[in-house]
Amino acid sequence: MGQFAYFPHTGEDIKAMLEKVSLRSLEDLYSDVPEEFIRKEEYDLPEALSEEEVRARFAGLAAKNRPMKVFVGAGAYDHYAPSVIPYLLSRSEFLTAYTPYQCEISQGTLRYIFEYQSMICSLTGMDVSNASMYDGPTAAAEAMMMAMASTRKKSRVLLSGALLPGVIKVVSTYAKFHGVAIGLIPVMGGQTCINCLKAELAKGDVAGVIVPSVNRYGIVEDHTGFADAVHAEKALFIEYCDPSALAVVKTPAEWGADIAVGDGQSLGIPLTYGGPYVGFMAVKKEHLRKMPGRIVGQTTDKEGKRAYVLTLQAREQHIRREKATSNICSNQSLMALYVTIYLSLMGAEGLREVNQLSASGAAYLHDRLLETGKFEEAFPGKPFLKEFALRPLVPVEKLQEKLLAAGYFAALQIEEGIVTFCVTERRTKEEVDGLISIIREV
Amino acid sequence: MKYYDKLIFELSAEGRNGYSLPKNRFPSANPLPKSLTRSEAPLLPQVSEVDVVRHYTNLSQMNFGVDTGFYPLGSCTMKYNPKINEEIANLPAFAGIHPLQDASTVQGVLEVYYNMERMLAEITGLSAFTFNPCAGAHGELTGLMVMRQYHLCRGDLGRTKVIVPDSAHGTNPASAAVCGLEVVVVKSKENGRIDVNDLKPLLDDTVAGIMMTNPNTLGLFETEIKEIASLVHAAGGLLYYDGANMNPLMGVVRPGDMGFDIMHLNLHKTFSTPHGGGGPGSGPVGVAAYLEPYLPLPKVVRCDDGSFSILQDRETSAGKVSGFMGNFGVILRAYTYLLMLGKENLRKVGEFSVLGANYIKESLKDLYKLPIEGVCKHEFVFDGLVNDGGHDEVHGATTLDVAKRLLDFGFHAPTIYFPLLFHQALMIEPTETESKETLDAFIAVMREIAREAAEDPAILQEAPHNTPVRRPDETAAARNPILKYTDSKPCE
Repeated sequence: MGQFAYFPHTGEDIKAMLEKVSLRSLEDLYSDVPEEFIRKEEYDLPEALSEEEVRARFAGLAAKNRPMKVFVGAGAYDHYAPSVIPYLLSRSEFLTAYTPYQCEISQGTLRYIFEYQSMICSLTGMDVSNASMYDGPTAAAEAMMMAMASTRKKSRVLLSGALLPGVIKVVSTYAKFHGVAIGLIPVMGGQTCINCLKAELAKGDVAGVIVPSVNRYGIVEDHTGFADAVHAEKALFIEYCDPSALAVVKTPAEWGADIAVGDGQSLGIPLTYGGPYVGFMAVKKEHLRKMPGRIVGQTTDKEGKRAYVLTLQAREQHIRREKATSNICSNQSLMALYVTIYLSLMGAEGLREVNQLSASGAAYLHDRLLETGKFEEAFPGKPFLKEFALRPLVPVEKLQEKLLAAGYFAALQIEEGIVTFCVTERRTKEEVDGLISIIREV
Repeated sequence: MKYYDKLIFELSAEGRNGYSLPKNRFPSANPLPKSLTRSEAPLLPQVSEVDVVRHYTNLSQMNFGVDTGFYPLGSCTMKYNPKINEEIANLPAFAGIHPLQDASTVQGVLEVYYNMERMLAEITGLSAFTFNPCAGAHGELTGLMVMRQYHLCRGDLGRTKVIVPDSAHGTNPASAAVCGLEVVVVKSKENGRIDVNDLKPLLDDTVAGIMMTNPNTLGLFETEIKEIASLVHAAGGLLYYDGANMNPLMGVVRPGDMGFDIMHLNLHKTFSTPHGGGGPGSGPVGVAAYLEPYLPLPKVVRCDDGSFSILQDRETSAGKVSGFMGNFGVILRAYTYLLMLGKENLRKVGEFSVLGANYIKESLKDLYKLPIEGVCKHEFVFDGLVNDGGHDEVHGATTLDVAKRLLDFGFHAPTIYFPLLFHQALMIEPTETESKETLDAFIAVMREIAREAAEDPAILQEAPHNTPVRRPDETAAARNPILKYTDSKPCE
């Protein structure tokens, strides 16, 4: 095996460089480190592999996974990913670039973030978007902290019990350490209960309220009256959204939300065992200066050319340190590019079609599953798109065992006595019928 | 690089699209009730696939990346991003896996997590890692949550302060504030290291811990680390290690051996995964064995029969910090890197990164002010030009001007105005993947820029001259924010 391919140093180079720095050996570079901390023992690590050996290793690892037909959503949706996207994302000018602090040589990154912000605003109806966040749940946690910072001296944030379980858990973790009390708004008939919300608000001290646009049961929620109730208590109204569904459902802006957050994964990002995905956040104008994360703005350069820059940085950690609106530094820039290209290719019409195809498959599966007699409706008559909840009339363990054996990932139990299914446009009629016939046999 | 002045919206024409979807094989679903649907379709471009490919290819050509050229970017460890990493991360076998699938169907995935944890533990001298944080700052926050959770679980409720050096990365104090901790600043001495005498009076039973990076942000090894560790531990506090500066220690020194209890690593720095223009990163957090019960969940564990499963609940856990188990795609890349690197090359990462930094420092310190002499680690800080060309009516060239002039010569700028200890800070980190020829070319340009500054600082002050755009009007951008496409259009 020759010299390691990522180290360009020849013996001559090392000698010349050591000479320049007046040292005799590479060990001398650590002469300031107390001797006891220099590790003498060999590291217990594998020996270097060649590329072919690495390929073989991963082929082996990949073979230990079982390919499944995915009929579960629950925050990660198996939508179609156009071939153009990975192709463009692999361009090294995007892939290997640093954060665009040097705007003169980062116009590519800055421009696509500006486009991303524009598209997120279009989908949500909100005024301004940041350059992206880690994922949906952490974006919701940031929104919770924003509500605290905006309303001052209040100590509670209310979460709908219909939010995805992962969102509730992450927001609660941040809240615990940030010194925020979390209240849960009960769910009635599969939707966040407005009277329960009003009762919680009446107790006072509420800085913000987070509710799902499409909830954990797949139900498209009706938020009539929500914003008024929340605003009457001078709290911020925050909607957690599925951006793919936003192409058809009422926008957070139309429901009167102050902040919209969610996970961009449903915009064609592959499942990849949970990441990288991308969180988004968009707000009403008046909350701009409290918004966390990077923001790109349009301006001109000294010759009058249109140029893009990171702007309003006085909110951020590298300037404000402990007084910053958030500690976020790296976002998920490349995944924001993913989403931007996806939305460019699909357009409003393509997204509408994705929703229509998925909803048709889901409605078909829903009705056929009820016909098997193995389920009953969990929330009769409630509107849904690609995801829906049912009450199993057979033991869940037995059901899942059978599905697993047949290579189907479906009927995820999200709480006692309730399972969910999800159908995207990637699921064929044959796959859906296959799932139904397996369930018939349970 | 050439200037290209289009937004994707400006290529739009009614009726075009760039997608390919199947025909509906199911009966059409009933439409949603009107009261639940949006009133207008979202404003998105209508463009063909060709439009999209050309547009983003053009945009990419206004960007600089590691594959384009050298990044002497202190604190950011912009090393080469190996291509085999990309090949592996893009394997279709990993792309289609849902994060909530049964553990029995994802044994290969879980093995990657488990093996990575064992390797990182060995490299850092810590015991257990969580991969759930999605970036470095997210890792810091998670590490501080673990720190607080440890104190809380012991009933030690009064530990609400965290000590942060004045030289620390901006994320350190910001992460502490998000975690509900009060930040107390400890000063640096003349020699750039933490002032132990300043630290001592800060240590009492209100201190949860100290956040450090070693070498620190000046690239200097904290030589009194042993005393610092024993003082902090004696006061009941924990030591947090900011892994942004792990690169020079690779294969030579382990944070765990220096007394650190908690640390994060930036897989997108030290472990060669691409920065992606600002993410996705990955910020795994490692802890000493006694802190493992407080790590966030879920987490991969190995069962007695050698299979892997996922630990979902543990009473003492700090909680859940991200949607699933972090950025698996990034973890795959870093795992590939470590398999390629192997134990025989580990130490070279540290040594070559330190050698390169010292080589640049010694080659330029006659023209750029070096505030603190002596051997540095992977990075060092200059405090501006020795001769900035300023006299009488003529303003001298600043660090910003040097940075902007570098762009004209095809180099990325160093990190500037950080750390805050020096007014004209210019922070340089070359990494181990740059050749002597590249470093020599950079040194030659830096010397040329110093000469220009001395003779005619205006050349620097006007720079960059030949980039796609020149210096932007940042004041206008902030005063009248145009943050989306329709902001720049009159109302229609």
